[in-house]
Amino acid sequence: MATPVLDKADAAPEPGFADSPYITVTFRVRRFNPEVSAEATWEDFQLEIDPKERVLDGLHKIKWELDGSLTFRRSCAHGICGSDAMRINGKNRLACKTLIKDINPAKPITIEPIKGLTVLKDLVVDMEPFFQAYRDVMPFLITNDTNEPTRERLQSAEDRARFDDTTKCILCAACTSSCPVFWNDGQYFGPAAIVNAHRFIFDSRDEAGEQRLEILNDRDGVWRCRTTFNCTDACPRGIEVTKAIQEVKRALITRRF
Amino acid sequence: MSTTESPANGIGPVESAPVYGVDNPAPLIEAPRRRTKKTPRSTRGNFEMAAWLFMRLSGVVLVVLVLGHLLIQLVLDGGVSKIGFAFVAGRWASPFWQVWDLLMLWLAMLHGANGLRTVINDYAERATSRLWLKGLLYTATVFTILLGSLVIFTFDPNIR
Repeated sequence: MATPVLDKADAAPEPGFADSPYITVTFRVRRFNPEVSAEATWEDFQLEIDPKERVLDGLHKIKWELDGSLTFRRSCAHGICGSDAMRINGKNRLACKTLIKDINPAKPITIEPIKGLTVLKDLVVDMEPFFQAYRDVMPFLITNDTNEPTRERLQSAEDRARFDDTTKCILCAACTSSCPVFWNDGQYFGPAAIVNAHRFIFDSRDEAGEQRLEILNDRDGVWRCRTTFNCTDACPRGIEVTKAIQEVKRALITRRF
Repeated sequence: MSTTESPANGIGPVESAPVYGVDNPAPLIEAPRRRTKKTPRSTRGNFEMAAWLFMRLSGVVLVVLVLGHLLIQLVLDGGVSKIGFAFVAGRWASPFWQVWDLLMLWLAMLHGANGLRTVINDYAERATSRLWLKGLLYTATVFTILLGSLVIFTFDPNIR
């Protein structure tokens, strides 16, 4: 194949690119700085930006060109590290996977930290309760044989497919912080922890499924799920979160009856 | 590769010499589920599962019981105007309707009380408000169930 070259440099610009692609967008950001005020406030920023850019690019533009004190998390900026989950126009999304043109740039775009976790500054929240629930379900392979394995633990394609959906989790907390039960007192394990338990409970190589089910049989375990499907809607990886939670419930019931 | 090259501790020749040994033990890795002192203690048990299952099963039974009840009381045979002391006395003369009404009373009250309990758990934020709301709920539930059962069991059609 030929190497792509800019052979159309002299040709007329494509339709739609005739003028400047930039539009003016208002970013309405929830600001909180505990060193300045105990109250969180909204702050508007006017941006000249290409609507095909992402919300994260808009936040970068604010931080780099308008107000360097704006604080948010982002690491890879390509939707896999799970750092930049935030509430954009009232819905939990990854800022690096949301295009500005997809969320009606004619109106101000509201950007808030994810709900249910303590806000530390601006869009940064304390993720510790979230990761504590994750650690609680023991998200690692547990086997009963005490000897070190001498070869790979093999698994059939069907056995692997059983939990394929829940391996996609990137721990961004979009699901857990969209759950109204988690918003109340934060004691509920949350969808993300249950998804990661599901990933090992239904793994044919793992032998601690019973222990994990027992952990999720807690008062604040899977039985607090009200199947509102907020988690499934929020998941940027498209995991069927509510379905996974229901499968854990079914496993808990069928192992006893 | 011959086995004689591997040292006794199981580390192959490709890897570096063992860093940790008997005299220099590896650092202790904290147990994954360690929580702080403030964390409420674990509340495992099968009660929540039983409650969850009860809601589903009683709901299915209640669909039949309640719809049947409404049909008989309000639609068939002249509708609501037929209900009076004599109608109730006639129905409760049969053990079938006694069992029907008793079952409906207990299932509906427990189903509703458990539903309100989960609503309180989900919406009441402070421990004290939870305690009081649940106390009120359980008192009302027990009172209604006991009063209803008492009436069904001790109903006297010849009362003056």
